[in-house]
Amino acid sequence: MGCGLCEVYCTVQHSKSKDIIKAYTKENPRPTSRVKLEVHKPVSFAIQCRHCEDAPCVTACLSGAMKKDEETGLVTHDPEKCIGCWTCIMVCPYGAIKRDSSGKVVSKCDLCAELEIPACVANCPNGALVYKEVKP
Amino acid sequence: MPKYVIVGASAAGIGAVEAIREVDPVGTIAVISDEECPQYSRPMISDLVSGKADFGKMMCREHEFWENNNIQALTGRTATSLNLSDKYVTLDKGDHVNFEKLLIATGGKPFVPKIDGSDKDGVFTFTTLSDAENMLSKLEKAESAVVIGAGLIGVSVTEALVKRGLKVTMVELQDKILSLILDPTASEMVENVIRKAGVTIATGQTVKQIVGKPENDKVVSGAVLTSGEQVPCDLVIIAIGVIPRTELVAGTDVKTNRGILVDRSMRTTVQDVYASGDVAEAYDFVFGENRLLPLWPLAQLEGKVAGYNMAGKKADYPGGTAMSALKYFGIPIISIGIANPKDPEEYEILVKHEPERNVYRKSVLKDNVIVGVTLVSAIENAGILFHLMKNGVNVKKFKQELVSEDFCLATLPRSLRRKLYPGEYR
Repeated sequence: MGCGLCEVYCTVQHSKSKDIIKAYTKENPRPTSRVKLEVHKPVSFAIQCRHCEDAPCVTACLSGAMKKDEETGLVTHDPEKCIGCWTCIMVCPYGAIKRDSSGKVVSKCDLCAELEIPACVANCPNGALVYKEVKP
Repeated sequence: MPKYVIVGASAAGIGAVEAIREVDPVGTIAVISDEECPQYSRPMISDLVSGKADFGKMMCREHEFWENNNIQALTGRTATSLNLSDKYVTLDKGDHVNFEKLLIATGGKPFVPKIDGSDKDGVFTFTTLSDAENMLSKLEKAESAVVIGAGLIGVSVTEALVKRGLKVTMVELQDKILSLILDPTASEMVENVIRKAGVTIATGQTVKQIVGKPENDKVVSGAVLTSGEQVPCDLVIIAIGVIPRTELVAGTDVKTNRGILVDRSMRTTVQDVYASGDVAEAYDFVFGENRLLPLWPLAQLEGKVAGYNMAGKKADYPGGTAMSALKYFGIPIISIGIANPKDPEEYEILVKHEPERNVYRKSVLKDNVIVGVTLVSAIENAGILFHLMKNGVNVKKFKQELVSEDFCLATLPRSLRRKLYPGEYR
């Protein structure tokens, strides 16, 4: 239904305060939502990193910031290594990587490493987002 | 004897090592590189010069990368010749390394035209870490520089020198900067920000002579342009382009054109010998033919494909094309494929241009298939356009939306999404 709560809760989860009011009113720049609500009426859905098995962003990364974790299968991004060259944005077939609000590095879904269920899934009021493991 | 030998340890060599290890955890691998610590990001040497990154940040793989992958790292060593019938590589000290499978990933070297005075102290090329370190050692006393060539390397070194406070003059033979990857409109957008940063851009010209100081002719004091104008400077950087380092295969059965010829599995014309990266002519899916594309992401991918095949896992190179993501002077730019068709009447060109916001989005179509994308400022979702290009998708039904800033996955017709992203519908 395109309510956008996934983006709100993603922003909060990746804020310093983890508090919805403070994240939106006090933090400057506001943390980037790593999930993206796409609307093209009547279609709407949320897109976030697919943690591809053979991830083009990892192969294309110039600095070694984007890596595939062999144990967890996650595609991880290290903002300390990232140089904001935007090469990953050029090759991600889902358009799931964004420029961070700082404009200096990219930002993408980390599947909320600290949570059992990612914030976007846990807070989707319509059950449109589901979190499950599938074999590649 | 090592099962696999890789000559060159930059993007393609690293990609190959990782692919081989994915398939074959134990087969012995020897890597030969003339650099002491080759696992750094070459595109980042400008960040080293600008001060944005230190050497640690430039390492694109961990310091122990070779140990961790159980590699015999022959770093700081040069491969001098090949014997392909007896299958060994000769090194600089006369020693041999035998191989079962060989990858040539020797990369490119700067093209340096004959310019009177180019042997003077203060003249640099700019492709390796040692180039950057040499330049850094001169920066403290330097106030101005002339950069010859306004392509990818020329503009990035210009930006780095500007950040270091140097007065830079960029000299380019073409009428526009970055003319291989941008059309005149996008090129002008970049020129504007570069000029704003205090750089002088001299197009339609080159440097005909590098002059020395009156008191010491061996040290650079200026560059004479083809117009006759003499630009005083402390440094001259030659950044005209790179050419493949094919010397190693000269006189062997490995066929070359400008670079080493390879098939889609990155095999050369000799069995068990592969080539990847800037030294190879790999497949370009836009042109439907093999050509030189000296770009880091493609080199890494080509190396990976070679590595899989060397280790016995069949893999085909999907093809690349001219593709660059840029961050020059703070404006994000992505250019893929044909930016500026020579015979425009054969193409359909869609454009959205909002100069006041510095936004430019262009798609070049041929028979309703995207063959070129240029994005300035609004670069998000570029990868979806690239995916459509790579898959040769007919975009007739939604082509007007390609240049919209709202273009996204949801823009695509459902049937197309199902076909292009089958994993999403399991």
